[in-house]
Amino acid sequence: MFSILRDLIRYNIEFAIGLALVAIVTIFAALSFFSPVDPTLIYVAIPDQPPSAQYWFGTNSRGQDLFWQLSAAFRNSLIFGITVAVLSRIISIAVGLASGYIGGWVDRVLMFVNDIFVAIPIFPILVLFYFVLRNNMDSFTLALIMACFGWPFDARLIRSVALGLKHREFTRHAVFAGMSTRKVLLEEHLPYVMPIVFSTFMNNMLWSIGLEVTLAVLGFTNLNNPTIGTVLYWANSHSAMVVGVWWWILIPVILIVMTFLGLFLLAISMNEYIDPRSRLRRMGA
Amino acid sequence: MQGYLWFVGKRLLQLLAVIFCGISATFLVTHLSPVDPVEQVLGRLSARSNLSPEAIAATRAALTEMYGTGQPILQQYFNFWTRLLRGDLGPSLLAFPTPAMDLVGRAMPWTLGLLVTSTLITFIIGNLLGALAGYNPDNRFLKAFGLVAMGIQPIPYYVVAFILLIIFGYFFPILPVSGGFAMDVRPGLSWQFVGSILQHSILPALSLVLVGFGGWFLGMRALVSNVVNDDYVTYAELAGVKRSTIAGGYVIRNAMVPQITALAMAIGGVFSGTVITEQVFNYPGLGSLLIDAVNWGDYSLVLAVSTVSITAVAGAIFIVDLLHPLLDPRVRAE
Repeated sequence: MFSILRDLIRYNIEFAIGLALVAIVTIFAALSFFSPVDPTLIYVAIPDQPPSAQYWFGTNSRGQDLFWQLSAAFRNSLIFGITVAVLSRIISIAVGLASGYIGGWVDRVLMFVNDIFVAIPIFPILVLFYFVLRNNMDSFTLALIMACFGWPFDARLIRSVALGLKHREFTRHAVFAGMSTRKVLLEEHLPYVMPIVFSTFMNNMLWSIGLEVTLAVLGFTNLNNPTIGTVLYWANSHSAMVVGVWWWILIPVILIVMTFLGLFLLAISMNEYIDPRSRLRRMGA
Repeated sequence: MQGYLWFVGKRLLQLLAVIFCGISATFLVTHLSPVDPVEQVLGRLSARSNLSPEAIAATRAALTEMYGTGQPILQQYFNFWTRLLRGDLGPSLLAFPTPAMDLVGRAMPWTLGLLVTSTLITFIIGNLLGALAGYNPDNRFLKAFGLVAMGIQPIPYYVVAFILLIIFGYFFPILPVSGGFAMDVRPGLSWQFVGSILQHSILPALSLVLVGFGGWFLGMRALVSNVVNDDYVTYAELAGVKRSTIAGGYVIRNAMVPQITALAMAIGGVFSGTVITEQVFNYPGLGSLLIDAVNWGDYSLVLAVSTVSITAVAGAIFIVDLLHPLLDPRVRAE
C-alpha cells in the first residue's frame, strides 16, 4: 500500500499535485471543527471588510467571517461528496459484481435497469425533488437521491472486470472448495475491482459536488446550510462583484478550482495506474 | 442489415422503457410527496393578495378539480398518462391560462439550438485535437493545450460561465451578456434578427464549449495513445501504409467507438449545464423556464418541463446510439 503511494508520488507528477491540492483543501475544511463562530449565524462580524490580519479572507455582506464560513462550507461539501460516493459505490459494486459473476437473466435484468438509469437526466429529477420537498430537503436526503443516480456507469465498469474474473482459475478453486456466491464476490473478486472503485470514487465526488453547486447557485437547496454552492448563491444575490466585494467571489472560486483540480488529477492518475501499459511507459521501463 | 434492424429494435424498446420510467418517476415524486400542490398554490396566492375565506375555499375546490388530486392515486396516474399522450398538462400558473406545453414549445428551440451547436463544436474540436495530441505526443503546442484542458475541465459549469460573464460584461464589454436577442430587433426572418441571435449566443455557447472540450480532448488523447501502440498499427507502419491512412482509418476510427458511447452518456450532463448557462446569461430557454416555474410554484409547468426534457434527452441518446453500429461493425454482427 505505502510502496504504491511512494511510486505514485515519485513517478506521477499529476498524482503528487492532486494529492497536495486535496490535502490543502482537506486541512482547510478540517479547521472548521475548531471554528470560534457558528457558520449559520449572520451579522456577527463587521460586513464588507476586505482581507486583513483580523479577517484573513475578509467578511461578506451578511456579516460573516469568510475564513470560517468557507471552511465550514468546504467541510459540508466534502462530506456531502464522500457520502454520495460511498453510497453509490456500494450500489455499483453490488450490481456490477453480481451481474458479472452470476450472469444469465440476473445480468440481463440488472443491465437493463442500469441502462435506464444511465439515460435518465438527473437534473430535472433533482429540481423536481426540491420543488416538492422545499426546505424539508437536507443534505443527506439530497445525497441519498444523488447516490441512487450515481452508480450505473461505474457498475458497468465493475461488471466488465467481474466478467473476466469469472473464468479465472482461482474462482473455480473457490467454487469447488464450497465457497458461497456471496463469499466469492466479497473475498475473491472485490479486491480486484478496488482500484476502479477508488478512481471512480473521486470522479463521483466531482460529479456530486458539482451538481450540488449547480443546484445551490439556483437556490434549489437549503440555503442556510453553508456549502460551496450556497456561498456562491449568497455572493451572487448580494451582487458581490458589482458592489466591489471581490474577495467574496474570488477566494471561493480559487478554492473550488483547487478542490476540483485536485480530485480530478487524483482520479486520472489512478486511472493511469490501473492500466499497466501507461504506467510502465511513465516509469521509463 | 438485419443485424442493424435488430439493434435498432432493441434500442427502441430501451428508449420507450427509459421514457416510461423517467416520466413515472416524475409523477411519483410529485404525487407521493407530503406536499399538496393545491395548498402550495393557495399559499402563494393568499400571501400576495387579500382573499376572503370563501374565495380561498372556492379556489381550493377549483384547483383540486383541475389537478385531480381528490381521486385515488392509480386513477390519477392513468389520467396523467392519457393527458400526457394528448400533449396536455394543464394551464401554466405563471402565464395563466397559456397551456404549460405551449410555453415549453416556445422555449424548446432556444435550448435545442444552443445545446446541439455547442455539443457538436465541443465534440469535434475536442476529439480532433485530442487525436492529434495522441498521435504526435511530442508536439509542444498540443502538450500546452493538454495542460490548459486539464486545468479547465474539472471546474463546475457555473464558475466558468460566471468568469466569462465578469470578463465580457465588466472588463471588455464587447459581447452581449444577457437575453436571446437585442431588445430593438423585431423577431422575424431577417438578417438583423438572425445576427442578433448569433451574437447573443456566443457567450453561452462559449462557456459550454470551454467546459466540455477538455473531457473529449483528454479522453481521445488517452485512447489514441493506446491504439497507436497496438500491434496492427505497428504492422501497418512496417507494411508501408500511408501515415494519413493509418491515422484516419486505423487509429482514429477505432478510438472513436468509445467516444461515441461517451457522447450518449454525456448528453444528460450537458443538459444540466445548459440550465445553468441559461440562468447566468438570462437566455430564454427550457432552463430559465424551469427555474421560473420552480420559483413561482408552477406545478404543471415544472411537470411539463421535466417530462419534455427527459423525453428529449432520452431521444438524443437514442440517436447517438444509432450511430454506434455504423462505426463499429461488431455491434451490427451481434
